[in-house]
Amino acid sequence: MLARTVTHALVGLDTRRVEVEAHLESGLPGFAIVGLADRACQEAKHRVRSGIASAELEWPMRRITVNLAPAGLRKEGSAFDLPIALSILAASGQIPSDRLEEHAAVGELALDGRLRPVGGTLALAEAARRAGLPRILCAARSAPEAALAGIEPVPVWHLGEAAAYLRGEREPEPWVEPNGLPLEKPELDLADVRGQERARRAIEIAAAGGHNLLLAGPPGTGKTMLARRLPGILPSLSTTEALEVTRIHSVAGLLAADRPLITSRPLRSPHYSASVAALVGGGPNPRPGEVSLAHRGVLVLDEFAEFQRPALEALRQPLEDGVVSIARVGGRAVFPARFQLVAAMNLCPCGARGDPAADCKCSPQRLSAYRDKLSRALLDRFDLIVAMPRPRAAELAAPPGEASDAVRHRVAAARARLESARPDWSKEAVELLDRAVERLPLSGRGRARGRRVAETVAALAGEAAVGAEHLGEALAYRSPTELGAP
Amino acid sequence: MSDLALAAFAAANEAHLVRAPRDRAFRTFARAFDEAAYLARLREQGVEWIGRDDPRFPPLLGAIHDPPPGLFVRGVSDVEVLRGPTAAVVGARACSPYGSHVARMLGRELGGAGLVVVSGLARGVDGEAHRGALDTGGTTIAVLGCGIDRDYPAAHRELAARIRATGVVVSEYAPGVEPAPWRFPARNRLIAGLSAATVVVEARDRSGALITADLALEEGREVFAVPGEITSALSSGTNDLLKLGATPLTRAEDVLDVFGLVGTESVAAEVGPVAAKVLERLRDGPASADELVRSTGLDAGSLASALTELELAGCAVAGGGVFRAN
Repeated sequence: MLARTVTHALVGLDTRRVEVEAHLESGLPGFAIVGLADRACQEAKHRVRSGIASAELEWPMRRITVNLAPAGLRKEGSAFDLPIALSILAASGQIPSDRLEEHAAVGELALDGRLRPVGGTLALAEAARRAGLPRILCAARSAPEAALAGIEPVPVWHLGEAAAYLRGEREPEPWVEPNGLPLEKPELDLADVRGQERARRAIEIAAAGGHNLLLAGPPGTGKTMLARRLPGILPSLSTTEALEVTRIHSVAGLLAADRPLITSRPLRSPHYSASVAALVGGGPNPRPGEVSLAHRGVLVLDEFAEFQRPALEALRQPLEDGVVSIARVGGRAVFPARFQLVAAMNLCPCGARGDPAADCKCSPQRLSAYRDKLSRALLDRFDLIVAMPRPRAAELAAPPGEASDAVRHRVAAARARLESARPDWSKEAVELLDRAVERLPLSGRGRARGRRVAETVAALAGEAAVGAEHLGEALAYRSPTELGAP
Repeated sequence: MSDLALAAFAAANEAHLVRAPRDRAFRTFARAFDEAAYLARLREQGVEWIGRDDPRFPPLLGAIHDPPPGLFVRGVSDVEVLRGPTAAVVGARACSPYGSHVARMLGRELGGAGLVVVSGLARGVDGEAHRGALDTGGTTIAVLGCGIDRDYPAAHRELAARIRATGVVVSEYAPGVEPAPWRFPARNRLIAGLSAATVVVEARDRSGALITADLALEEGREVFAVPGEITSALSSGTNDLLKLGATPLTRAEDVLDVFGLVGTESVAAEVGPVAAKVLERLRDGPASADELVRSTGLDAGSLASALTELELAGCAVAGGGVFRAN
């Protein structure tokens, strides 16, 4: 007897169709899984066997061969448990094969037959929809996530339930609409930041133009506090963007069960000990790294200069192309990584530079090593660089700053203006740019950066043309000499 | 017995010698020393030797109590620059933005007025003083604490090349001598010796720059100290010098007056009304952008624009997020 179930395997964010075939023949009872199954997948044997027994179904005492086709593709993880179990049940005639073929299936089995959710359900459900399957059998907790793909989920708590449903003995349970719950925790508000007018202004420009921002200054000046407030002033995610973000977080297994659709811009802030693989993604079965988890959101790198050099250099491709591509023997995984980078760092290894109250004790050698770590190529990726000196006590007593809402409206207006048309350049601005290139240590990249930021400043001001004052402001946010200009 | 043989002997023995030792080792060395061949090798490396008996040897340096056997010189062929008028600008290697700003400004104004700026090619104040002098097309002398063929520190290789284009790099040490900490105080005696006046920009307690100042005082040269904040450790050395009677330097003219020179008239650059307002505030003292926002009442955007205007006009400089009037 032969039966098969269709499911999909994840390769990065992409999916490949996998047919799970089960064949029963007479002979010594046995159970083999073939088709390049990895360890977790091989162990499915035990879970499936116990699961079927716990569901009070019959384990066929025959020679069972399960093939995961195509046999050349490596299969990993536990999402194949449910399709394997269903194929065996269909092959042994306990559920109708024709009905099973109308369903995709994903899920991990517990030893008692319960179904556990697996990562990447959204991507797998989307693949099932594209393959023309009308319904997907999945763990009840994953149902809202699968529903986002535009396919009808069949939520299943237990393997026995799935079998009963396929035999037509019971209707699937209704599933909860995704995101019926009120919005998650209130976002961090810019009103909490007192003083730091220059840095606040820079973060507003960064939000409006999608620029990368580097904040440099002694510890305790509010660099991190400010960086974490960037998502709050960005326009909210469009539906397509929300799905993109959700897909990545689903593959990484980071979705909350009660709020499967991510609607707010992600904020990721990995620790500076992060490895290259953790940052840009990797592993034998490529998984998204922090840059991809920050897709359409903000990546905050605190203590930027403390990151390992290779990790920093690895950021260059995603910053340039907006994607990370990881080549593996079995193929290439491409993860989107269109994020906005906000980095914070001290001006010297001991952190006292820029702080009038403390005395920097760094030797010139250590200082130059510190600066050398940030290659020119990397610093060039930041459109805005702001030195944040320690505010005096009086400034901290200043009234709270403007709230995020007001800033977000200006940002949205500026973005709309920039999307409709790039601003023109006034004569004065062009002259100023030529003069600046002569007088300031400004590289070719630095010039292009100044131009980009100036256009954003003009858009924020609601002007149709870039004036000298806009360019002047843009040029103020260039690399300070401490970091080895330009 | 030639002074060149003495310098070569000192280099070969990693010693610091200003007088010929009366021992057999030196006598043997001197007898075997081929001065003409050594000079030819030096010339190949573009190095000139000026012995202390040479009429071209700077008289100021010849007047100190332990003048070197001679100077190895690299740079412009006209070694007349060594005869001055010369002023040294020295200070801490790890200087504050204030220190580097003052050093640069002094280098510019002294160099622009026709003084030859002498310093030690070190990081920090020294380097900024050299750069300032080069900025206005002035000449400058770098005194090394290692062999004349070495550019030390390596980070200043490019600067050393720029100095040699119009000025000279000098050392009392023959090619091949490695930099060593104990050679730098000896180098400082050359800086002080070459200069009619010495300016200490920023120095901690027991800083090398204070050694230079002490040596200058011993030789009866003019010593200036740049006053700093009393709370800054980087200025404690210079403030102590002031307490001991050094002349406080508050403008470049203080030095120029000693030489009877006049400073170049600085042309007031034209800036817009907003920038002028910011500049007026900056003349009261350095301030961060945020402080300027509060004291001028401008918004952060217009202020940033005004600051760029001032920087481009050369009226203000930024360091560590703090702006100062130039």
